[in-house]
Amino acid sequence: MKIVYTDVLVIGGGLAGLRAAIAAKRRGHDVNILSLVPSKRSHSVAAQGGMQASLANSIKGEGDNEDIHFEDTVRGSDWGADQEVVRMFVNTSPKAVRELAAWGVPWNRVHKGEREVFIGGKSAMLTESDSAHGLITARDFGGTRKWRTSFVSDGTGHSMLYTVSDQVIANSIPVTERVEAMSLIHDGQRCFGAVVRNLISGELTAWVAKVTCMATGGFGRIYRVSTNAMINQGIGAAIALETGVAALGNMEAIQFHPTAIFPAGILVTEGCRGDGGLLLDKKQHRFMPDYEPEKKELASRDVVARRMEQHIKSGSGVQTRYGEHLWLDITMLGREHIDKNLREVREICQYFLGIDPVTELIPVRPAQHYSMGGIRTRPSGESAALKGLFACGEAACWDMHGFNRLGGNSVAETVVAGMIIGEYMADFCDSVDSDIDISTSQVSDFIKREQHSIDSLLSSRGTERAPDILREMQTLMTDKVGIFRSREHLQEAVEQLQALHARSSNIGLSGYSAAVNPELVSAYRVRRMLKLALCVAYGALQRTESRGAHYREDFPERNDRDWLKRTLATWPESGQTLPTLAYEELNVTAMELPPGWRGYGAKDYIEHPDSADRQAEIEQLKQSMAGADRYAIQAALMQYEELLPPLYRGRNERLGDKTE
Amino acid sequence: MNRQADNRQLQINILRYNPQDPDSLPRMQLYEIEEADNMTLFMVLTEIREQQDPSLQFDFVCRAGICGSCGMLINGRPGLACRTLTKNMGEKVTLAPLPTFELIADLSVNTGMWMRAMSEHLETWLHNNEELDVDKLEQRMEPELAEQIYELDRCIECGCCVAACGTLQMNDKFIGAVGLNKVARFRLDPRDQRDDADYFELVGDDNGIFGCMSLLGCNDLCPKDLPLQTQIAFLRRKMMLMGLKGSRKHSSN
Repeated sequence: MKIVYTDVLVIGGGLAGLRAAIAAKRRGHDVNILSLVPSKRSHSVAAQGGMQASLANSIKGEGDNEDIHFEDTVRGSDWGADQEVVRMFVNTSPKAVRELAAWGVPWNRVHKGEREVFIGGKSAMLTESDSAHGLITARDFGGTRKWRTSFVSDGTGHSMLYTVSDQVIANSIPVTERVEAMSLIHDGQRCFGAVVRNLISGELTAWVAKVTCMATGGFGRIYRVSTNAMINQGIGAAIALETGVAALGNMEAIQFHPTAIFPAGILVTEGCRGDGGLLLDKKQHRFMPDYEPEKKELASRDVVARRMEQHIKSGSGVQTRYGEHLWLDITMLGREHIDKNLREVREICQYFLGIDPVTELIPVRPAQHYSMGGIRTRPSGESAALKGLFACGEAACWDMHGFNRLGGNSVAETVVAGMIIGEYMADFCDSVDSDIDISTSQVSDFIKREQHSIDSLLSSRGTERAPDILREMQTLMTDKVGIFRSREHLQEAVEQLQALHARSSNIGLSGYSAAVNPELVSAYRVRRMLKLALCVAYGALQRTESRGAHYREDFPERNDRDWLKRTLATWPESGQTLPTLAYEELNVTAMELPPGWRGYGAKDYIEHPDSADRQAEIEQLKQSMAGADRYAIQAALMQYEELLPPLYRGRNERLGDKTE
Repeated sequence: MNRQADNRQLQINILRYNPQDPDSLPRMQLYEIEEADNMTLFMVLTEIREQQDPSLQFDFVCRAGICGSCGMLINGRPGLACRTLTKNMGEKVTLAPLPTFELIADLSVNTGMWMRAMSEHLETWLHNNEELDVDKLEQRMEPELAEQIYELDRCIECGCCVAACGTLQMNDKFIGAVGLNKVARFRLDPRDQRDDADYFELVGDDNGIFGCMSLLGCNDLCPKDLPLQTQIAFLRRKMMLMGLKGSRKHSSN
């Protein structure tokens, strides 16, 4: 039995995990990162369009600040987000961009003078100020009132991941690649690390740590059509669920990205629309203004994806043998712009579709893209159920996205959460609370249990095959737990997923070797993915309202009166066939921005009884503070500053509003 | 995938070997598979594993040509399997793992370990010891320079240039085009405080810039079309000038 000890065990080598690891290491702790793949291959690399931070350097970002980023994010979330966490995020995001700039990310910069841009498909001239020349620029993204998305061409995630990954190397933090966490070591109250499987040798090792940080990303691969990487199977969230005590929050909140190329499902960035691209139907009619006169193509993703599917249902999709799609038109942007700012998009179109987007339309249709839900944590990133267990990034439900995440806020969350939660992890390690008192024999029991489970799979000659079950689950999820949901379909999905879950205990393998055995890997993963799928489908069935990306055809209104709450899914008994659901109320009376109309999408909703009172209270307070600066007003509305590590409480300097 | 009566039958010949298994011997194994529309080698290999041979080992992560996981020899040439369309190839396709890297099994090689060692050796991170105040305005940079840096920053460490390198076949300590390009990238970045004397210490020898024989397989086969030829030539010139001046270490000898 091999046991390795470390202070901080980070599971997941994407941006969130890497950044959290750097924070803990800089505070003097011993840190180890485990990753399924080399860290530079993580899914963070796929973030194309950019990262939201209210730098306000570009002329179209003028006047932007944390307050506006906060409001956009909360409206985007359809009021599902934790507003304190959103505040922590928007104050730290500009710092993250600046830190990354100092570490080497070649952010695109403001060029003084005139430049041609496209807004809503029409050419316009912008004049950038001399004083902003050379500062970090921004592009437009959906659901935002300012151009706020910092970018590196359309390889933002790539540049960020490589830069942070190289910082990990500079800080001499070991990354153990090609390993998979199989279970968390815990006693129901305290997490002590994880049992980890080497995907090459098949060997199991126990990693015992004061802090275990899950940064394992999303679970898009429970869907058939997804922009996600093949490794986004949600195993990290699933093994947290399998502790029986850690909760997964808002698993039914699944984002569908409007522009995945059809039919392969590969992402082309929201930057295409942000830079002026349009959505067209089979008659090459620009249909989004018909549905969304305010924000058109640049409403939030949930709204645009829904309108696209609605438009296809109305018979306006382009028919092909694989089904229907719509068009994304970026031809007006011209060769020079596309080669400079949308070059990955151009490569993807050329290699996977055989078309040139400089002159041709791109076939697109919404596809699963992001998991707003995940391991539920406090603002510090720690699980409320298991001491010493932290989570950050897409794996977590921190919860700054609520029921819909804005484009550019996920890659931003990875580094911001890494910065903040990394500090909290280091604080925890510094405290006496972090002392560990688990014996090696108890650790050995966890390894033995995992070994037994693998051995029985390897010797099983059951009649089910993992790829069949996986395919059926993915098809079910895409067909019945997709953009449009209803009781009938969700009920069917839950029943069929339960049947698949039962069948998955009868999976048989053809080989006996534990070393490099992809068949074994898919067999144990599919069982865990089914549990996540059940959390999603069952949570969606119970939530009888529409909020953000969760849309119920039979309950089309947002219902703040009954559903302004977060779903918490647990799996207390391993024999359960459904998760146990509980709900966490959101407190309207403490909100800085009480629920209202988002500024796009449906205008009708069922009001929360406290909303009007809170709104009146806020207006009165603002009146009584007329003339006070925005920081004072914000602090009076909702205290959050003490939730931030002192390191990140500073005010962000901008051109024109110098802070001293 | 839609099937047509007149679809081609592809013959996929794969070099199989699992060093983890003492009974495994290197061998070619042939799989037949019906072609589908817009079929990529990602789809081919996934279907073979699901339908015909669950033991076949390969690596795909993004399947969109951006993560660099699926470099392999495709009919003898290094390339990214995920974005290789079968319609651009004949009916017979031969696949083998990238050479030079440690073999994990079948088409899977350990590029991660190689790249980490390269990064540690060349210190491929920005060297700057100025105190950073993240609350303050960022340092300015000319927009064109930022774009030029990104041009070199686009490397995905797929290993195709390493596998395509003639020099590396003879000298396994050679840092390859991937390493030279990274040096060129940080050399171009004014935020990095290293100077040519520092870079000369890293690459001013036969394992670095002077080892390159200019066969330029790297430049021909880079999936991201990085300007490796011009960068290597430029770096060689700068390092030669530095060598003539004498690097810090050498001049003190």
